[in-house]
Amino acid sequence: MGYTLNFAAVWRSFDQLLEGLALSLGLAFVSILIGAAIGLLVAFALIARSGWIKRPAATYVTIIRNLPILVLVLFAYFALPQLGVRIGKMESFVAVLSIYSGAYLAEVFRAGLVSIPRGLTEAGLAIGLTPMQIRVSIIVPLMLRNVLPSLSSTVISLFKDTSLAAAIAIPELTFEARKINVESFRVIETWIVASGLYVTTCSVLAVLMRVVERHLAVPR
Amino acid sequence: MMDFSAFIDQIWIARYVILKGLGITISISALSIIAGSLLGVLVGLSLVYGNRFLRLVVRAYTDFIRGTPVLVLVLASYYVLSTIGIELGPLQAGVLALAIFCSSHVGEIVRGGLQAIPQGQTEAAKAIGLTFRQTFAYVLWPQALRQFLPAWVNTAAEMVKASTLLSVIGVAELLLRTQEIISRNFMSLQFYFFAGLLYFVINYGIERFGKYVERKTAVPS
Amino acid sequence: MSKVLLEIQGLRKQYGIVEVLKGVDCTMREGEVISIIGSSGSGKTTMLRCINMLEEFQGGRIRLENEDIGYEQAGGVRKRKSEKDIARQRALTGMAFQQFNLFPHMTAAQNIMLGLVKVKKMPRDQARSVAEKWLDRVGLASRADHYPGQLSGGQQQRVAIARAIAMAPRLMLFDEVTSALDPELVGEVLQVINGLAADGMSMLLVTHEMRFAYEVSSRVIFMNQGVICEEGAPKEMFVNPKTERLAEFLKTSSFN
Repeated sequence: MGYTLNFAAVWRSFDQLLEGLALSLGLAFVSILIGAAIGLLVAFALIARSGWIKRPAATYVTIIRNLPILVLVLFAYFALPQLGVRIGKMESFVAVLSIYSGAYLAEVFRAGLVSIPRGLTEAGLAIGLTPMQIRVSIIVPLMLRNVLPSLSSTVISLFKDTSLAAAIAIPELTFEARKINVESFRVIETWIVASGLYVTTCSVLAVLMRVVERHLAVPR
Repeated sequence: MMDFSAFIDQIWIARYVILKGLGITISISALSIIAGSLLGVLVGLSLVYGNRFLRLVVRAYTDFIRGTPVLVLVLASYYVLSTIGIELGPLQAGVLALAIFCSSHVGEIVRGGLQAIPQGQTEAAKAIGLTFRQTFAYVLWPQALRQFLPAWVNTAAEMVKASTLLSVIGVAELLLRTQEIISRNFMSLQFYFFAGLLYFVINYGIERFGKYVERKTAVPS
Repeated sequence: MSKVLLEIQGLRKQYGIVEVLKGVDCTMREGEVISIIGSSGSGKTTMLRCINMLEEFQGGRIRLENEDIGYEQAGGVRKRKSEKDIARQRALTGMAFQQFNLFPHMTAAQNIMLGLVKVKKMPRDQARSVAEKWLDRVGLASRADHYPGQLSGGQQQRVAIARAIAMAPRLMLFDEVTSALDPELVGEVLQVINGLAADGMSMLLVTHEMRFAYEVSSRVIFMNQGVICEEGAPKEMFVNPKTERLAEFLKTSSFN
């Protein structure tokens, strides 16, 4: 093939890649935080007895889970202005990823909620706690512990989805990599380093989640 | 605001373009699922039955793929292959990337399915004198298959969703066709919505099928 | 005679079309210890759970210290009280469950403190000392900072009882608290209940432990098919049952 690897050009632009990665992480952090709030509300709606609460929540989850996120990203960026909604591309992407993660996290949280024995709620009621106090002090803390293992893979997958922001020219890691690819012609090196950064970040996230999991595990 | 009949007119005008895009989307997805699944079964088997070296290599492969966004795989496949002298069109490069992505997914599913089978099954099979080949064919694989078939069907929906990423490297699948149509008639709201609807219908169909498979493959008890 | 603590009148409860309680009447005075016995499906646990509104009921009323539990009559219409009111009323009774239901992510002391802090608005350090006092009472002072998963079934149940009693309830409800325990762990729990009886705590116990019911109770209620079939002092009930059904029940249950 006669191709010799030469990382010099990529190292020169490494700061650019790191800035991109920082933006990726920032986008993921904000979106997942908002998504977790949405997911929590929706998860409680999914286990509600009333169909009027359950059905809209289930519909939201089904629709989002069956749509490609790229369609949502483009829709929010290009089509919403047509409805008179004028927001920047950052805001529009964060909004999309939040709504998107909300649906996936709702499923994760729902599974955690249904695994909590009914008796714990009854014990809370019996000492005079209100249903809201029970949710805050007992149900949600236990649910979060239950779901941490599956939460890890969802969070990582949502972090990877920030790469879609490149499609609307948000200068996150994938966008920067593509730019360096075009400017430097060091194609292989660029993509090795870019995916290396993604893989490393995902591993670090996985390790962090495992540390949190072990830290919060209920002693027995 | 929205003029609904104008929208319908535009769909009618673009009907062949949309259908072609849909056809490409389905072909991309089907090809990458088939290729990815074949590769994925090998990956799964290596992870469970491979020797230490093979396990290490395959584990590194799946970890690397699963740690990289699909869009990066698609872009890397597109740019890198041509650099090292493999002349593939965007379609082939894209399908290759999706198949590789699919293989790591399927590999994990197969591994999970096989490892979920209790050790006693292998021992029982050995005890009645089956060889490893026979044990695998008659005892382990059928059980693992039931276990992972529903998850595998859901992978298909993932692939349909991931196929949209090929629009970024210029594959004229449904989403890129939609963008083309929008660049002509400026009905971005309506046509993104319409594309979303088509994707939803396909994926929802796959999801329902997955639920059906789950019911059908459940071991009677 | 001490004053009336609990009054149940015409209590009716149904799940769908199945009637589980078909008009239960019962009066309990302060300081009484009443055991409710009967075969499974007789409605004894359901009745206990109605008293702190873990079950809704469709007819009759339950009054604790002259206050209607769970429902109020407003202009001839029966209405469920607000969640807040019901929560306040639930704190007047304490309940121990068959499955203990300790909160697994909290230590023994934290389990007890939760209600004190959130419901009684007690400062944390004061709640902590109340928790320690009660853990000491149930013989688990050294286990204050253990998590439920680190305790035996008998120890968990003792913590659960301490959690209920620490709220200073007017009435304690025990729902088959020894049924989920290994036989060798039953004794330590019954000993705790005995101690509470000796303190003059008003208690309602649903139990399968006939020997214990005989020893600890001032009165025994025998329920059958959703009604109270026979009641009286344990000595009369166990030695000379008046109804055929009670005689039959006692024959099949292990009273030895």
